[in-house]
Amino acid sequence: MSVGTPRGLASSGQKPIAEILHPLSAAEEPLSVTVNLGGDKTTRVEFDLPEYCVRRRYQDFDWLRIKLEDSQPTHLIPPLPEKFVMKGVVDRFSEEFVETRMKALDKFLKRIADHPVLSFNPHLNAFLTAKDLNKRQVLALLTKVGESVKHVAGGYKLRARPAEFCAMGEYLDTFTQKLGTIDRIAQRILKEQSEYLTELREYGTVYSSWVGLEEELRRPLEGVAGCVTTCCAALEDLGENMSQDFLPVLREYVLYVESMKNVLRKRDQSQAEYEARLEAAILRKQEDRTPMPVEVEKCQDKVECFNADLKADWERWQSNKRQDFKQLLTGMADKNINHYEKCQVAWESLITLLQDKQTEDKTSETN
Amino acid sequence: MRTTTGTLPAQLTTAAPRPDDDGRLWNEKGQFPGYVSNDFYAFGGSSGLSCPVTGAHACHNPMVERGTDLLRKMEINVAEAEKRTGKNTVNMQETYTVYLIEIRPADTVPEGGTPAAPDTLWRRYSEFELLRTYLLVTYPYIIIPPLPEKRAEFVWHKLAADNLDPDFVERRRVGLENFLLRVASHPVLSSDKIFFLFLTEEKGWREAVLETGFQDKVDSRLKSLSAMLRVKNPDKRFTALKHYSDELNTVISQLLRVRVKVADRLYGVYKVHGNYGRVFSEWSAIEKEMGDGLQSAGHHMDTYAASIDDILEEEEHYADQLKEYLFYTDAVRSVCRKHELIQYELEMIAQDLVHKKQQKEELATGTVRIFSLKGMTSKLFGQESQEQRESRLAALEQSIQEGEESLKEKNTECHEFVQTAWEDIERFKEQKDKDLREALISYAIMQISMCKKGIQVWSNAKECFNKM
Repeated sequence: MSVGTPRGLASSGQKPIAEILHPLSAAEEPLSVTVNLGGDKTTRVEFDLPEYCVRRRYQDFDWLRIKLEDSQPTHLIPPLPEKFVMKGVVDRFSEEFVETRMKALDKFLKRIADHPVLSFNPHLNAFLTAKDLNKRQVLALLTKVGESVKHVAGGYKLRARPAEFCAMGEYLDTFTQKLGTIDRIAQRILKEQSEYLTELREYGTVYSSWVGLEEELRRPLEGVAGCVTTCCAALEDLGENMSQDFLPVLREYVLYVESMKNVLRKRDQSQAEYEARLEAAILRKQEDRTPMPVEVEKCQDKVECFNADLKADWERWQSNKRQDFKQLLTGMADKNINHYEKCQVAWESLITLLQDKQTEDKTSETN
Repeated sequence: MRTTTGTLPAQLTTAAPRPDDDGRLWNEKGQFPGYVSNDFYAFGGSSGLSCPVTGAHACHNPMVERGTDLLRKMEINVAEAEKRTGKNTVNMQETYTVYLIEIRPADTVPEGGTPAAPDTLWRRYSEFELLRTYLLVTYPYIIIPPLPEKRAEFVWHKLAADNLDPDFVERRRVGLENFLLRVASHPVLSSDKIFFLFLTEEKGWREAVLETGFQDKVDSRLKSLSAMLRVKNPDKRFTALKHYSDELNTVISQLLRVRVKVADRLYGVYKVHGNYGRVFSEWSAIEKEMGDGLQSAGHHMDTYAASIDDILEEEEHYADQLKEYLFYTDAVRSVCRKHELIQYELEMIAQDLVHKKQQKEELATGTVRIFSLKGMTSKLFGQESQEQRESRLAALEQSIQEGEESLKEKNTECHEFVQTAWEDIERFKEQKDKDLREALISYAIMQISMCKKGIQVWSNAKECFNKM
């Protein structure tokens, strides 16, 4: 599945492949995207048709995410781009904003589609196929399907968290901290580059103004002015790139980490609940000789399931994270290389131009 | 880090001594006899940078013309700088820098032989200034090469503006050497005796300069200014030249100013990347497979951040080349002003002569055409006697004759001035075009080098990221 222009679709084999077409004109509804299940016709049984084309708004994605969280609390649900954007600060109708959001929504769907459990979720199915998500019947139907595991809000104290989950928590804390630092550095670089760009532009205009004074030096000066202009354009591209592709991904991962910490908390809660119930049951057993209540066993199952799901998801998440950051950072390196290459080409062609002129002059002198 | 542009390529140093060198160093006029060759030969500087695409050399120092006798005989270097302390004119302790001038004979060294030790002497900046002032006054029709700046201006923040700062001293050393080479390669200036003594006589030089009495020839500022305002028939060529010189001054100042701002900003961009180095290192501590890649990439970010120092240091040479021509514009303006002064003096003499001739006519014919005090008084106090009239007429005649002599002289002076000045101006124009062109090319080469370094570092970082 992808949001926006068709891109390389990552899904393998069994999963539905969809394309999210470009959002409808901003005049209508910002970010009303079209989800298109098409391409390689889906081979998944639960989809009636091989192709679907539906319109979704951001709040529909939000709905999906909430539903997934509720129905699959033991799994790590990918994050959505931030819901609220300050009206004054960001232009919600600007092309760049829309583009950035689409990429994030695209990633969101892809991650869910890739997940061995989440991709089978009926809410996802509804999301991808229902003509109108707001129809009550659809909602009513869905709430009966699957059992939402209620989690007890607070109240139970955790005895001993298994070491691996402690490690996860610590890792996430440090990781999110480092992400924040990288974000700040990247923003600082953008600021410095933008100021550099301003000065560089003025620098170019001074060379241009010099041209008018000279005869012989006209060409070299024009050449230098031209190169400076080219470098300015290349720098602009680099900056755009960083703000549109690099920073959003960083921020997305921060959100991801937040939701993961939530899941860890829920796990702690279910473990705490189990331990509490177990303790109570043991006490009662000692007194009344009643057998172990079913709820306690269910609780134990729940905890063990949770732990297993979480461990599996964690491994998947680490692996995906590695790929994502590898891609992100090599992308950043590529853009910088690209920038320097553009500048180098410009300056080299100037030298060639001037050297040619020199040999041209020399030969005309000797003639 | 000495530059060796004082040396000529091998084939030039093997030039045989000139046939009319009969042991006398200079003739009665105080000039070094010799002819001026008209072919210019440009050779590259000793900078290590060269464009890999075209093989062009990045030259730190401008092209030096060969063909002066002086340079045929000797190589000139400003080799070192040293700090000295001593008492100044008001008997106070001061610290100043002296520069070592080395003179070497330009003959080649025989195989296996040791090069002759150079003749050396020490000079401080104020002595260079004295030399230049002398040249300015003695050759007002020549565009005298400028000295490097006295105090550091257009300074990019990292460089100190302190005169005793080693980087500043080093750049000044290069600038002083450049000045000497410019003078030594000038067809007219290189023959000057005082210049020769500057290079060879440490002790007696000051007296020798003062003995020439050049201070008496200095035109007062007031004189020049009033000349500028009152010339009736300015030479169009000189007017155009002055205009160009002023505009060039403005544009180069602007360029230097903005360049400093650009350098400051670029410095910031590079240095912030160093922070990536630290955070990647910290991050790598919590990662397993990603750790090594991140850590190594972090090192490359540190390298990137550090690379800006050399890059900007290199750019200072470009700035120095621009500064030289900025200061050259002052020299050009001097020549223009001197011409204005001479023109003005010429016009004054001519005007005065016309006036006297009219007076004579009046006296001879008895008619009063112009108001004159004499005329008035004679009207008031009665006519003067015939004797008085005749003696006055004779005096006027004498005055007129003298006036005509001095008009002729001034005319010749003006004419010669214009001729010699324009010769030098044409020479200067060619030099400027060539030098600035080379400076721009070397700037482009610097930019290419910076791009290549950037590509190298980011490629290395990319490799590390790929291994994550």
